[in-house]
Amino acid sequence: MKKLKYVGKNAVRIDGLAKITGAAEYTDDIEFGPKLLFVGVLESPYAHALIKNIDTSEAEKVPGVRAVISGKDFPEKFGLYLKDNSIFPIDRVRYVGEQVAAVIATTQEIADNAVKLIKVDYEPLPVLQSPLDAIKPDAVLIHPDLGSYEVVPWLYPQPGTNIAHVRKIRKGNVDKAFKEADFVLEDWYHVPHVVHAPLETHISVSLFTLDGRLTMWNSTQSPHTQRNIIAHSLKIPHKDVRVIASFVGGGFGGKAGINMEVIGAVAAMKVPGHPVKVRWTRKQEFENTSQRQELYAHIKMGVKKDGTITALEHKLYWDVGASAEYGSNVVNATGFSATGPYRIPNVSIDSYAIYTNRPPCGAYRGFGYSEFHFGLESHIDRMAKMLKMDPVEFRKKNAISRKDKVAYGVEMNPTGIQECIDKVAEAIEWGKEDKSPDPNKIRAKGFASAWKAPAMPPNESSAAFIKFSEDGSINILVSGMELGQGFMTAMAKIAAEELSLPLEKIRVELPDTDRNPYEWQTVASHVTWSCGNAVRRAAIDARNQILETVSRAYHIDKSNLYLEDGQVKSYTDSEFKLPFENFVINGIEMPDGTYRGGPIMGKGMFMPEFSSAKVNPETGQGGHPNVHYTTGAGAVEIEIDKETGRIKVLKAAEAFDAGKAINPDLVKDQIVGGFVQGLGTALWEEVKFDKNGRILNPNFTDYKIPTALDVPPVMIPIIVEVPQPDGPFGARGIAEHTMIPVMPAVANAVENALGVRIKSVPLTPEKILNALKEKEEK
Amino acid sequence: MKREINFTLNGDPVSIEVRPNEKLLDVLRDHLGVKSPKHGCGRGECGACSVLLNGKSIRSCITLAVEVDGQEIVTLEGLEKNGLTDLQKSFLKHNAFQCGFCAPGFTISATELLNNNPHPDENEIREAISGNLCRCTGYKNIVGAILDVAKKK
Repeated sequence: MKKLKYVGKNAVRIDGLAKITGAAEYTDDIEFGPKLLFVGVLESPYAHALIKNIDTSEAEKVPGVRAVISGKDFPEKFGLYLKDNSIFPIDRVRYVGEQVAAVIATTQEIADNAVKLIKVDYEPLPVLQSPLDAIKPDAVLIHPDLGSYEVVPWLYPQPGTNIAHVRKIRKGNVDKAFKEADFVLEDWYHVPHVVHAPLETHISVSLFTLDGRLTMWNSTQSPHTQRNIIAHSLKIPHKDVRVIASFVGGGFGGKAGINMEVIGAVAAMKVPGHPVKVRWTRKQEFENTSQRQELYAHIKMGVKKDGTITALEHKLYWDVGASAEYGSNVVNATGFSATGPYRIPNVSIDSYAIYTNRPPCGAYRGFGYSEFHFGLESHIDRMAKMLKMDPVEFRKKNAISRKDKVAYGVEMNPTGIQECIDKVAEAIEWGKEDKSPDPNKIRAKGFASAWKAPAMPPNESSAAFIKFSEDGSINILVSGMELGQGFMTAMAKIAAEELSLPLEKIRVELPDTDRNPYEWQTVASHVTWSCGNAVRRAAIDARNQILETVSRAYHIDKSNLYLEDGQVKSYTDSEFKLPFENFVINGIEMPDGTYRGGPIMGKGMFMPEFSSAKVNPETGQGGHPNVHYTTGAGAVEIEIDKETGRIKVLKAAEAFDAGKAINPDLVKDQIVGGFVQGLGTALWEEVKFDKNGRILNPNFTDYKIPTALDVPPVMIPIIVEVPQPDGPFGARGIAEHTMIPVMPAVANAVENALGVRIKSVPLTPEKILNALKEKEEK
Repeated sequence: MKREINFTLNGDPVSIEVRPNEKLLDVLRDHLGVKSPKHGCGRGECGACSVLLNGKSIRSCITLAVEVDGQEIVTLEGLEKNGLTDLQKSFLKHNAFQCGFCAPGFTISATELLNNNPHPDENEIREAISGNLCRCTGYKNIVGAILDVAKKK
């Protein structure tokens, strides 16, 4: 392979200067002028109730109020995979905080005050807060019309129940394998709801004009998907809906798909000519965006004495909240993958999406994989203990390899999981004991492996344009989103490599669905791979146009020409050097005064044509639902204070197989940032509800995310590179994966320290002290 | 009932009529076009709205605009008036931020720290920025960048 000049080299991120100077514009920073109106939202005080009547007459009389809207104005349903979500509910509310009506007014204050004058008669219904209750046959139905909702063909809602989808995998014969196993262990694990907590809350500004055009400025990971959902639900032609995305102040999956933006869209349609702003408060961000699913998982695993895993039965009961429009795919994706990164011949998986009266759940960094890995990787450690085998050795022995098939029958992609495990074990000094000088404090280490595939429709796609300018610089037009993960820098480097163009000459543009080509969404850790392939093809297309032009003008065979540092050069004539700026717009002048060429514009697109969601619903076999898996491992060293029950992480290490790190520095930054986000969920984070389904901690005082004082002093990020054959320069995504090993690694360290197994997160001091007390009483 | 207030904003005199319940953050962003302080929580919990009041870092989302009458306010726009500061250069070099939304607030807190204590150690840095939340980075590069400036000063 040709020596790489840009890909794989460290660089300052190309959006860095904009961000450190405050030049980076976020949606709320845009000026919309004096015609701007504001939206106040009436939220449901009930978690489950029938709406008997809505009276908006008093609110409408308030000076400054332009309109009041509710379900009778906009009865449409919407959703990414399952159209079960309401712009405004018609007959019932399904969670506390759900939007019931909205006031559009000249100031936010007027809008918020007028909201208080809307009268709603509710008839309360029984509230379901646990998926284990909601799945019972006599449970009240949260979506009585489930059978009538539009849904993609690979999800299976169960009308007459609260089950929005079930994904089943059947491979081999688990019953027989459990009988023949030397050791079998089964147990329950629990992971509660957590929130994304991006620093920027959701915000959307919409403008509808009488020529039929709807323009939206949204903080979003999904401009084209939002356009598609809005156009489809509101029956506006796609060409007339324009979504413009500014920089996003943190996404983590929370700004994937669509949610509150639909309120802005319909509000704007009510007041043509006025931009309308909807900006969520922090409380609304907790109550009415999307949360991470809660999971109750039951795991039964069988092993042979030699340490071979022979059988796994994994039942996953997911609380998807009041809407499964996006979360149903989390349940689907994890159903396919709930073996973890292991070779297991006999597998039975049932993954249930269960409605409750909690806020809708959806994409969250890791897309369900963090949640099921908590149970699975805890269980793996416990099986190793039964076998009296080192848990790292046990993982290595059973780790999936290139020649194995995953549970749904497809061959595994190339993977560096063995190397990841080895490197993490080395970094954390696995096996080496470390004692605290304080007798009240105990130190121990914990380990976990991880894998994750992008969860996408089989025909997701990315597209890219590369436009040259007079000075030979380029603008890359894509609709992938820079969320902070380094997307722009990665795309710039991929183009830089193919065009041999320095990074200073490259800009990557933020999405605008009118101008930039299609991207499905920036989710699933797939844009480096998918959009990276599109950009690479666009760059190759531009390069071919350049070579063609130069070849025609100078009568040099194309095979003798190459690009270097923004110039066209010749293998056969070392004197020949033609800078891009001499011709990429205006062409090349011929002796007779005519010109050859014209503006160079590369285009490229990518769709994985091998992927298929068509599988047998009873077995999950027969398709190719996932494009590839990224694998890795993580470990921690912790110190527990036996008196207070407090856990401190002293050291952390994680390794992931990036295939090829386009930006090694930024890959390491993802590992560190993802580890710390994972640490929050392992130690502190949990959305607490009262018995009526109201959130008790919708703020950063009561819901604690890690601060600079809470992170381990030593964090070691490690990159492994086993190339992905269809990735750009071999790359595959790693950004979500970095959270996945953290919860089980910490729980495993707790057991290694204290000899107690805690089967739910977060691992609070209270749980630690209770576990210690129970152990003493035994 | 509006009231006129006068204060210094990034070195320039400002005179503006505000309502008594208006927050400094909203006045800066919506009336004066100063966009670097961000709305994050509205409760003084996240630090994204941090500005300097007479050299001291405050949360502008829980500060009434009338309180700054006669005082001096500096935002990120003011710090970089004469070009990038050493701290900004270090943030850039270290790829300190990811989504970037929290960056202005961290810059304010770190500037206050370095003004009062030019050579902080790592713990002092962590303490000084512990009121600023960042969900992306895990703080490693932010701390590293500030430490770099502290060592060079």
